[in-house]
Amino acid sequence: MDFLNALVALANFVIVPGLAYGAQLAIGALGVTLIYGILRFSNFAHGDTMAFGTMATILATWGMQSYGISFGPLPTALLALPFGIAATALMLLGTDRVVYRFYRAQKAKPVILVIVSMGVMFIMNGVVRFIIGVRDIRFADGERFIISARDFKEMTGLREGLAIKTTQAITVVVAFVVVAALFYFLNRTRTGKSMRAFSDNEDLALLSGINPEHVVRVTWLIVAALATVAGVLYGLDKSFKAFTYFQLLLPIFASAVVGGLGNPLGAIGGGFVIAFSEVTITYAWKKVAVYLLPEQLEPTGLVQLLSTDYKFAVSFAILVVVLLFKPTGLFKGQSL
Amino acid sequence: MAEPFLIGDKMTGGYGAGPDILHDCTIAVERGEIAVIVGPNGAGKSTAMKALFGMLHLNGGAVRLDGETIDALSPQERVVKGMGFVPQTANIFTSMTVEENLEMGAFIRSDDFSDTMTQIYDLFPILKEKRNQAAGELSGGQRQQVAVGRALMTQPKVLMLDEPTAGVSPIVMDELFDRIIEVARTGIPILMVEQNARQALEIADKGFVLVQGRNAHTGTGKELLADADVRRSFLGG
Repeated sequence: MDFLNALVALANFVIVPGLAYGAQLAIGALGVTLIYGILRFSNFAHGDTMAFGTMATILATWGMQSYGISFGPLPTALLALPFGIAATALMLLGTDRVVYRFYRAQKAKPVILVIVSMGVMFIMNGVVRFIIGVRDIRFADGERFIISARDFKEMTGLREGLAIKTTQAITVVVAFVVVAALFYFLNRTRTGKSMRAFSDNEDLALLSGINPEHVVRVTWLIVAALATVAGVLYGLDKSFKAFTYFQLLLPIFASAVVGGLGNPLGAIGGGFVIAFSEVTITYAWKKVAVYLLPEQLEPTGLVQLLSTDYKFAVSFAILVVVLLFKPTGLFKGQSL
Repeated sequence: MAEPFLIGDKMTGGYGAGPDILHDCTIAVERGEIAVIVGPNGAGKSTAMKALFGMLHLNGGAVRLDGETIDALSPQERVVKGMGFVPQTANIFTSMTVEENLEMGAFIRSDDFSDTMTQIYDLFPILKEKRNQAAGELSGGQRQQVAVGRALMTQPKVLMLDEPTAGVSPIVMDELFDRIIEVARTGIPILMVEQNARQALEIADKGFVLVQGRNAHTGTGKELLADADVRRSFLGG
C-alpha cells in the first residue's frame, strides 16, 4: 500500500506535470529547431512569438466568450486557436518580409541573424505587453479536472490523490496530434521533403530547383502554428504572462540543443529531458521517501535538491554540459 | 560541321571580382559522346565546368546549349533547360533516403517520374537495394551513384560530372566508369572533369587538356593518349 501511495504521489507531482510541461517544451523546441534547420539561425524571438500567438488566441477567446460561444467541457481557447495561429502567421510572414529577408539577401552570417532576432524579440515583447498588458491572465475555462485528487482518493481508498487536469490531458493529446502531423508533413509530402532537402544541403536543393523563398514561407507558417500551440497549451496549463514566456526561451533552447539542433525528433526528446530534469530536481521528495523508506530512515528535510526559484538553472546547467561534452546533442543534430 | 550540343566557346573569367582563371578556354560535348577535361592540379578543370554551368561570371566568350546562348541564365535555369550537374562534394542529401534523393532530383518535374526512377534503379541496382537507407550511410562509390542518379532524374539532355571518382578506391573507380559508359549509351552526352587522366581518356570520345586555364591539347581520347607530349606531361610517360 505504501508503495502504491508512493507511486501515486510520484505520478501526481512528477510524472503528470512533467509530461505536460515536456510536451509544451517539445512543441516550442520544434519551432526553434525548424528555424535553425532551414533559416539557419537561433531564433531568440521564439518565446515572444509564443506570447504573441497566445495573446491573439486569448483575444479571440474573449471575443467568443462575449458572444456566448463555448466548447463545453473543453477550454474555449481551443476553438480560438486557429485565429491565434492565423494572426501569428501574418505577423511572422510580415517580420520575414520586413526584416529577415533583407539579411537573407545579404547572406548575413548566422550570428548576425541571431542578434537581429533579439531585436525582433524586444519589439514583439513590447507589442504584446502594450496590447494585453503585463499581468497574469488565466483564460482556461470549461471543466478543470478530468479526475480530481479527492475523487481519486475516494475511488481507490489510497491516502495519496492523483489529479489530472483537463489542460494536462489536452496538452499531451494536442502535442501528439501536432507532432504526428508535422512528421507526416516532413516525411511524406513533397513540400515537406523539399524543406528537409533544403535544410540538409542548401546548394544542392537550389540545383534541384527547390524555391528557397517558398521553403522559408512554409517554415514560418509551421513555426507560427507550433509557437501558438505551445504558448496556448502552456498558458492553459499555468497562466499567461508576457514575462514568463520570455523566460521560457531558455528551457526551450536547452531542449532543442540537448536533442540536437535541426533535428525534430531531438527537439521532442530534449523537451522531455529538460522538463523531467526540472521537475525532479525541484520536487520535494520527502512525501515519496516517507512511503518508501523504513521509519528510522525517514528524511527530516524536504529532500528538495533546488528550490523551484532556481528551475532555470537546471536547463542552463544541462545546456552547458551538453554543449561541452556532446555539442551535437543526444539525437545527432548540428552543433551550435 | 554542326555545332556541338553544349559548348563553352573561348570562355574567359574567374570567381567574383578575382583574377581570370580561364583564358579563351573552349570545352564542348557532342551528342551521344563522352568528353573529359583533364589537366594538372589548379589547371581550372572544375572552374571550366562551373563556367559552363553558370556558376561564375564570364568576362569573355559564350556558352551555347543546342545552339542557344545561355550566358544570362542562372544555374537553376540551366537545370530546367536540360543540364544535369553533379558537384564534386556535397552532392547528395545525406540525411534523406536514397529514394528521397531521387525524388528531390525530380523536383522540377510535374509529370509522373516513376519510369525514370525505374530506369535509374536498373542502371544502379545497388540503389534499389538500399533505397530506404539514408544516403549518408552509403559508401563513397554508392554515394556517387546516388549523386549521378539524382542528376539523371530531371532527364537531362547533357550530364556534367565534377570528378565523380574523387576519393574512391581503384576498383570502385572502374565500376563507376562502367556505369558512366552505360549512362552515355542511353544517349545522354556526358562531360566530366577527371583526376585519373589515363582511365578517363580511355573511355572518352573527346578530351580537353587544360593547363593554367588554357586549352593545351584537344583531341579524341585515343589521340591524346598517343600524343607524346601529353603522355610525358600528364600521364607519367
